[in-house]
Amino acid sequence: MKQSFHIITSTCVPLPLENIDTDQIIPARFLKATTRDEKFFGDNLFRDWRYRKDGSLNPDFVLNDARFSGEILVAGKNFGSGSSREHAAWAIAGYGFRVVVSSFFADIHKNNELNNFVLPVVVSEDFLQELFRCIFENPDTQVEVNLPEQRITNLSNGRSEHFDINAYKKHCLMNGLDDIDFLVENQDKTQLWEQQHNS
Amino acid sequence: MNTLFDKIWNAHVVQEVNEGPTQLYIDRLYCHEVTSPQAFEGMRQRGLKCFRPEKIFCMPDHNTPTENQDKPIRDEVSRQQVETLEKNAKDFGLNHFGLMHPKNGIIHVVGPERGLTLPGMTIVCGDSHTSTHGAMGAVAFGIGTSEVEMVMASQCILQMRPKTMRINIEGTLGKGVSAKDMALYIIARLTTGGATGYFVEYAGQAVRELSMEGRLTLCNLSIEMGARGGMIAPDEKTFAYLKGKEYAPKGEDWERALAYWKTLKSEDDAVFDKEVYFDASDIEPMITYGTNPGMGMGITQEIPAVPEDEASRQSFQKSLDYMGFQAGEKLLGKPVDYVFLGACTNGRIEDFRAFASIVKGRHKADNIVAWLVPGSWAVKQQIEAEGLDKILKEAGFEIRQPGCSACLAMNEDKIPAGKYAVSTSNRNFEGRQGPGSRTLLASPQTAAAAAVCGRITDPRSLL
Repeated sequence: MKQSFHIITSTCVPLPLENIDTDQIIPARFLKATTRDEKFFGDNLFRDWRYRKDGSLNPDFVLNDARFSGEILVAGKNFGSGSSREHAAWAIAGYGFRVVVSSFFADIHKNNELNNFVLPVVVSEDFLQELFRCIFENPDTQVEVNLPEQRITNLSNGRSEHFDINAYKKHCLMNGLDDIDFLVENQDKTQLWEQQHNS
Repeated sequence: MNTLFDKIWNAHVVQEVNEGPTQLYIDRLYCHEVTSPQAFEGMRQRGLKCFRPEKIFCMPDHNTPTENQDKPIRDEVSRQQVETLEKNAKDFGLNHFGLMHPKNGIIHVVGPERGLTLPGMTIVCGDSHTSTHGAMGAVAFGIGTSEVEMVMASQCILQMRPKTMRINIEGTLGKGVSAKDMALYIIARLTTGGATGYFVEYAGQAVRELSMEGRLTLCNLSIEMGARGGMIAPDEKTFAYLKGKEYAPKGEDWERALAYWKTLKSEDDAVFDKEVYFDASDIEPMITYGTNPGMGMGITQEIPAVPEDEASRQSFQKSLDYMGFQAGEKLLGKPVDYVFLGACTNGRIEDFRAFASIVKGRHKADNIVAWLVPGSWAVKQQIEAEGLDKILKEAGFEIRQPGCSACLAMNEDKIPAGKYAVSTSNRNFEGRQGPGSRTLLASPQTAAAAAVCGRITDPRSLL
């Protein structure tokens, strides 16, 4: 949901797998909802990894490991590949994550996160692997994500990296604005384009 | 900036947002029942009407059962989602092809076959396989539900301009090797994220030689290597395919459109951000062994060794464990349980012809459950008109009603846990075809060979 985003400092949940696809983030059988109920989607985030076949919690999965919690999900490269389902971003937001850190994101999912005020932060593979090591060695490791300065800092060792985001989207996130507001305000420009292109 | 992609993109720029994305005009929005309800809900909450309702086409496909479509859907939640689309289309004044409507089918099959998808268009849908429509020479890409709402509200979308990549496939495909194998080969070479950030143009002799159905299959799978979309320059095959189609321009409009479409190609001096080259004669029938579409190999090959780097090793091993396979082993000869022909990837008439050509005069193996699902009612009619249904019936196969079926386990067609399915669909992710299901992606020919032999078989041995 629309909320403004500035600086987040939090512990992290580490998920060091690569190519995590949106079918894993939220399996298709949970896509039948017709409303945007973030709690429902959040409750089913990583459903088939989080629960065993008999419905009991899978103690080996990181979301069920009491040592790890926080508003930042840290995942292996190519996060969010596959299906365009925005339900994956709703599930991440609904669970309570505000930031996803990875060395590489799939395009559609990255847009979906941004459109739901979840910030995808792209870091170098080296920064990512070191962050995983820090978190596993000390689950209390804190990370600061500073959107105004576009900087992520691993507070356990002070290592920090710049991250990219376009100025328009940064402005939207910091001020709780979305693209639909912008496009509706610009309908006169769209009509002009249609006249010029006989469309 | 004179690639095919640039020409179409540039022609649709409404404005460049300062230090931000492009506001791009969209010619066609397709909606299905799964990714649209929350967009309509948002429109209602904002008190908005669709800006250009005549440019929006809706049809259910994901939840639709593949038998007894004339009766109410048994799964109440599926039924509700399908009914919600019908109501939303009515409330907002949109075109809607509901269940049992003669124009219903998988949205990515129906768009091209009806002439709703045309060269030079910008096309979006809340579905990653929207890349399919690029085969007609359109800029087509999948979007999220918030973006669906953007297009409903304004007929525009805000997007960062992707980079461009040209994939050149020269030479000629061997016998028994199809567009599906070409796509799986490219994805295996480039990896599942290898084209992320790029819009792909497919070019070269082997691409030009593909039929329109083959091109649709190739472009369909662009997203499986992460590409924003995939496209092919329209040519005489494209124009012949479109001429006379229901929604294609007619008369003088056709001539005017044709003159424009003929300009839609990358110029000789076009510069791409990246170019890659493959030789079609290197491609053999492909099959996947893991849990992403990049984990594919030639059907005669062995599963590669576990990678040495720590970051990749864990994911690779988890994938093989899920599939019940070992590094270094061959898949040829392994028994399988299910065969699925269909989906937006391989649910077109040519796919049924290919399947029928292998099973003709043979019979379905006893250990196989086979689901043959046309991509649309039009495909089903064509199957019957060509008598393929009789050939398939004699071989022990029946044709179901159109829909997404076993591609993604949102309807009744699910692969049970632990079972192996040779599937012509597009994704072999964990649980994609049902919780615990194990998917081996392959061409219609390879699926047919598995269906009659009961095990993984090189289709070239049955030609």
